[in-house]
Amino acid sequence: MTSVSAGSGIVAQDMCKSFDDHLVLDKVSLAVEEGTILALLGPNGAGKTTMVRILSTLIPADSGSMRIAGHDVVTDPDGVRAAIGVTGQFSAVDNLLTGAENLQLMADLRHLGREAGRRRVAELLAQFDLTDAAHKLLSTYSGGMRRRLDLAMTLVGKPRVIFLDEPTTGLDPRSRRTMWQIIRDLAMSGVTILLTTQYLDEADQLADRIAVLDQGRIVAEGTPAELKSRIPGGHVRLHFADPHLLHLASELLEAAAPDEDQLVLQVPADGTVDSLRGLLDELHEARISVERLSIHTPDLDDVFFAVTGSHVTAQLNADPAPQGVPLS
Amino acid sequence: MTTLAYTLSDSRVMLRRNLKHQLRYPSMTVMLIGIPIVLLLLFVYVFGGQLGAGLGAHEGRSAYLNYVVPGLLLLTVASAIQGTSIMVAMDMTGGIIDRFRTMAIARASVLTGHVLGSLIQILVAIAVLIAVAFGLGFRSTAGPLHWLAAIGILALFAFALIWLAVALGLAAKSVETASNTPMILFLLLFLSSGFVATATMPTGLRQFAEYQPFTPVADTVRGLLSGAAIGDHAIAAIAWSIGIAVVAYLWAIRLYNRRRAAEPK
Repeated sequence: MTSVSAGSGIVAQDMCKSFDDHLVLDKVSLAVEEGTILALLGPNGAGKTTMVRILSTLIPADSGSMRIAGHDVVTDPDGVRAAIGVTGQFSAVDNLLTGAENLQLMADLRHLGREAGRRRVAELLAQFDLTDAAHKLLSTYSGGMRRRLDLAMTLVGKPRVIFLDEPTTGLDPRSRRTMWQIIRDLAMSGVTILLTTQYLDEADQLADRIAVLDQGRIVAEGTPAELKSRIPGGHVRLHFADPHLLHLASELLEAAAPDEDQLVLQVPADGTVDSLRGLLDELHEARISVERLSIHTPDLDDVFFAVTGSHVTAQLNADPAPQGVPLS
Repeated sequence: MTTLAYTLSDSRVMLRRNLKHQLRYPSMTVMLIGIPIVLLLLFVYVFGGQLGAGLGAHEGRSAYLNYVVPGLLLLTVASAIQGTSIMVAMDMTGGIIDRFRTMAIARASVLTGHVLGSLIQILVAIAVLIAVAFGLGFRSTAGPLHWLAAIGILALFAFALIWLAVALGLAAKSVETASNTPMILFLLLFLSSGFVATATMPTGLRQFAEYQPFTPVADTVRGLLSGAAIGDHAIAAIAWSIGIAVVAYLWAIRLYNRRRAAEPK
């Protein structure tokens, strides 16, 4: 994780941060390559927002080294600020101005100049479908419009690195999809994006890589596919008519986990047709009849609960063959 | 552009934002300018007859009008800075301040915008109050230079109190607190020579009134407008203003920078 070329991405090593006695970030390292999206996934209070606030120069880290687009967060915060755009969890818009005035304010503070500033404002209003509402006060804006304006304000200075802290929280499904498309387009144009989210499907949809943050530590990191394959969530559940058959089957299939109460045997499986056929053939040859079966493929929910739930993590660590752990 | 040019440019942008806010939030702006005018009418037409008699003049009410105008000019200042405190707290409790902090802009420009915006608002409010006072029969012996000096003293004192209001707005955890704490200044104003001569107060109170900032400012402005003796009040007024401005400025900057380290809400 630490060997990524600095370039115009994000590189953080051994970030630590405490608030009073509470350790919020415990030696967190991560890297986001230029033009890619990293989703920082974690439950409430995991330290996601703190991490974004440190990387975007809002609060200092206690220790660690952080470089954004080649600028050091500690020694060159203004260099970082000139290169980044941040859309926080709470809408960062000026409620007493109109949409166009909000964007113009950003253009002025980015020192774009009169003509270039006006052009950029008009461009963004069109891109974010806000042209009709440009001269209305923000009190008349819907939640989705505010979010779009918020992100448009972030993009006024054409930042190379963008931080999005829970960009779709509270949006209706349609606005959410619109926002997703905007984020994808940004990454396509070469912008580096770090986004935090609590939504697994959002990370799955958008991210090139996912880092799972829990209690101040990165507990898992990889592409969505890697993470899913790493987690033993895929299994077949075999339902039997009586305890005797269950017993026979669990003797035959060593890796399986029996559930005596429900008369169910949970067998690890990768979800391919071949493995399923092999399993059924094996049972057929042993003359063990199965009443019915269900197939469970791993999704990010399995990943999330497996690596963030402390009791589940403990079980995984203690058990070298954890296929029997009920993960879903 | 140089750093100084950026600072000036950013401050100008923030000032424009602040002035727009005043126009977009007219209920507050009109109220803050309107209260001193209502109180001027109240003091002159309700209290003025009796209070004027105490001044020992024939035309009690008009004599009291001439006496009380400096007090109401100070009330204009105290009223307006309540708005400063509210505006600053609104900014700090909203999300936009974090956006400003993640941008490469002159850090203090947010506060500079508030200070200059409030100063402009106060000068407008003072002009309105003086115009109303003249309409009610206020008469001054002051020439242009005296007027300029009086406005200058008021502006300097206002500048100091604006920084104090900025600090109070930064220190407040909510907008409600920010709107309440500056009220203490109204009390200080009433316990000064703004509305009645300190000589008429009981001893303990008189001593307090004579040694607090509103009294020298009120007496200096009154002296400049009416030709009464000013004595060392002018020096005291300037010293108080500079002292408050420096302390409040340092306090405000410290609060503004310290808030960076706070845990996100």
